[in-house]
Amino acid sequence: MNLLWLQSGGCGGCSMSLLCADTTDFHGELRDAGIDLLWHPSLSLESGGEVTALLARILDGDLPLDALCIEGSLLRGPNGSGRFHIMAGTGVPMVEWVRKLAAKARHVVAVGSCAAWGGVTAGGDNPTDACGLQYEDDVRGGLLGAGFRAQGGLPVINIAGCPTHPSWVLDTLMALAADSFSEADLDTLGRPRFYADQLVHHGCTRNEYYEFKASAEKPSDLGCMMEHMGCKGTQAHADCNTRLWNGEGSCTRGGYACISCTEPGFQEPGHAFHATPKIAGIPIGLPTDMPKAWFVALASLSKSATPKRVKVNAVSDHIVVPPVARRTRLK
Amino acid sequence: MTRLLVGPFNRVEGDLEVTLDIADGRVTSAHVNAPMYRGFEQILRGREPHDALVYVPRICGICSVSQSVASARALADLGGMRMPPNGQHVTNVILATENLADHLTHFYLFFMPDFTRPVYAGMPWHAEAVRRFAPQAGEQVRAAIAARQRWFTLLGTLAGKWPHTQSIDPGGSTRAVDAAEGVRLLARVREFRRFLETHTFGAPLEQIAALDSEAALDAWHASDPLAGDLRFFLTVARDAALAALGAGPGRYLSYGAYPQPGGGTALGAGVWHAGRLSAVDVAGIREDATHAWLNDAAGPQHPGSGITVPDPDKPGAYTWNKAPRLGGEIVECGAIARQLASAHPLVLDLVGRHGGTVYTRVVSRLLELARVVPMMEDWLRALRPGDAFCTPGPLPDEGMGAGLGEAARGSLGHWLTVRNGVISNYQIVAPTTWNFSPRDAAGRPGALEMALEGAPVRDGETTPVAVQHIVRSFDPCMVCTVH
Repeated sequence: MNLLWLQSGGCGGCSMSLLCADTTDFHGELRDAGIDLLWHPSLSLESGGEVTALLARILDGDLPLDALCIEGSLLRGPNGSGRFHIMAGTGVPMVEWVRKLAAKARHVVAVGSCAAWGGVTAGGDNPTDACGLQYEDDVRGGLLGAGFRAQGGLPVINIAGCPTHPSWVLDTLMALAADSFSEADLDTLGRPRFYADQLVHHGCTRNEYYEFKASAEKPSDLGCMMEHMGCKGTQAHADCNTRLWNGEGSCTRGGYACISCTEPGFQEPGHAFHATPKIAGIPIGLPTDMPKAWFVALASLSKSATPKRVKVNAVSDHIVVPPVARRTRLK
Repeated sequence: MTRLLVGPFNRVEGDLEVTLDIADGRVTSAHVNAPMYRGFEQILRGREPHDALVYVPRICGICSVSQSVASARALADLGGMRMPPNGQHVTNVILATENLADHLTHFYLFFMPDFTRPVYAGMPWHAEAVRRFAPQAGEQVRAAIAARQRWFTLLGTLAGKWPHTQSIDPGGSTRAVDAAEGVRLLARVREFRRFLETHTFGAPLEQIAALDSEAALDAWHASDPLAGDLRFFLTVARDAALAALGAGPGRYLSYGAYPQPGGGTALGAGVWHAGRLSAVDVAGIREDATHAWLNDAAGPQHPGSGITVPDPDKPGAYTWNKAPRLGGEIVECGAIARQLASAHPLVLDLVGRHGGTVYTRVVSRLLELARVVPMMEDWLRALRPGDAFCTPGPLPDEGMGAGLGEAARGSLGHWLTVRNGVISNYQIVAPTTWNFSPRDAAGRPGALEMALEGAPVRDGETTPVAVQHIVRSFDPCMVCTVH
């Protein structure tokens, strides 16, 4: 599978994250999966004229392009000119390069929330008129249009995340290379279901605190971060707490809130990221699929049943009260 | 005279274009264009101040933690907060992990592959360069990626993930470390030490850090010229005359790296020029946007009061980057500046003999790998489980803050102003903003633009290899540059 990777209005962090893939031989893993990296901004020898010659061969149809990976938002401004990113050495806006190359590609992959939805670059008043390949936040359209389909028949594959987990990207690319990825593998927002059908809450190490609504009150506290600290793990579609990051990490394990970075529009939640918005003391964002009345009832019940151990540890940065060690065989 | 437009420049972070005027086989003039603008300073306006900690790491995927640390320091300055010792140590370990990973990535993935180019096919070391450093296939490239992957597991534990952590708070670290974890983290640092001592240096880190002159470096090199990747680089550097290539402005800036709980920084601060170190006059920084596609009606501004407003049709502009100047002077920042400010004898000697060139920049970066890993071991041993890791405090509704520090590539500063509880202004001056600055109002070129003047261009070259060495010797980060 011939793969071309280009970057535009983003930070390059999805590429940097990709290099953290859990393998002893990154390039060997790509090669063995049949993935041929035609060019990547960080990983290829070719520079300058060598790159533009390669792009010309793709556009001329001399070199088949099986997968076009775009990282970063597409910058349409100023005034629709695309001049906020002219691809170096070419005098042509990157959005033009992407439109032309996407028309030649068997698959088009948005790597990261910027390329998928616009992401952080589309924050504030979106000074560069940034959008995703096929979405602008949660509205279909984007640079390529709502009806776009790549040559292989699929819409843009949105590997959303800020950054993306390296194995979300690798698992998708390896499945594409093996011709084992179909439209049924995408969720309603075009994200691979193998990670988007999960919630960040699944596998969170703070689950006991969640169950008892024993909440963290300040950074470094061990308690659940949903009630006060802005955590959206019970709503965010991703498997971050079962497919861990950089060994044994995740946002919640690192002591900070999930900001739901796989969701369109996450960059403008309408409240401060580090504080949970509430109405009458009840968080506005309730756990996915949970009826509000039940949430309120269960929360109030579990708060009154919180063991002292859980209550004390929740507002400490280390275990102050350990679980009781019973002497007998546990039943 | 001929003119060359060079780009896209890869194996730098982000997109880069260089325009070269060439006469008699030499570059006579260079213009550096950072061709992408995203507008973080505009996006941050009107936000709750703490939100900066979500936004600024996403300026850059390779210096993400550096941006977080600068922002946390600016917020701490605004709110009058201090990190407790545990929080300071963990923050330093997190930042050092990123900085050293960037040095490793630069050497193995970005810089060395250029010596595998066909233009060097006649060199006795070319086949060995290909074996070690061919992108995607080179043995050492692949080993370095694997070592980097393991190295970053430090941040899975300490920072949740890399890049884009929110674990760095103005009050310290959101992730406390218990005693058993401290032991495990130290073992992971030792694993990286083993990689460096086996592959990069072929010698103990302490032996590299103790090299105190070019003569000592040369003697160590001569003892086994191809053993380890630093000695291989020294062999190549001699043949490719890298010590005489790409001399910068000769004035070096470091804000000081890794603040210590007792005061001071582990790597020194200062402006080094003509053999003398002086204090950094931060008030003397001005950003000149004469040649940027940005509004400069108010003239050069201190970042505390600067603005960033696009003006894409501005006559005479050729980049999105501003031209920062320190007391009116052009400066270079990076590992070389930090080692000069720390008075490391090897770098003092090398810069005294050759100036700041491709050779001295690369050696300084590798020396820093050898010097900082043992510091990280000390910081991890200094953790006191049970004591606080984070002592957060409230932020005022009105005020200003500045956060200065050292990213892998050099001096990074954040300046913010808060009015009515929201950010009314936020300005960032990143390392490559300094190093890859365009001309200023007086027409004086930036550090890279100067360094490229005189670079040799071979017959028929459209992307001159000497230009590539010089550009990459700065380890530019273009996404930070403009932001």
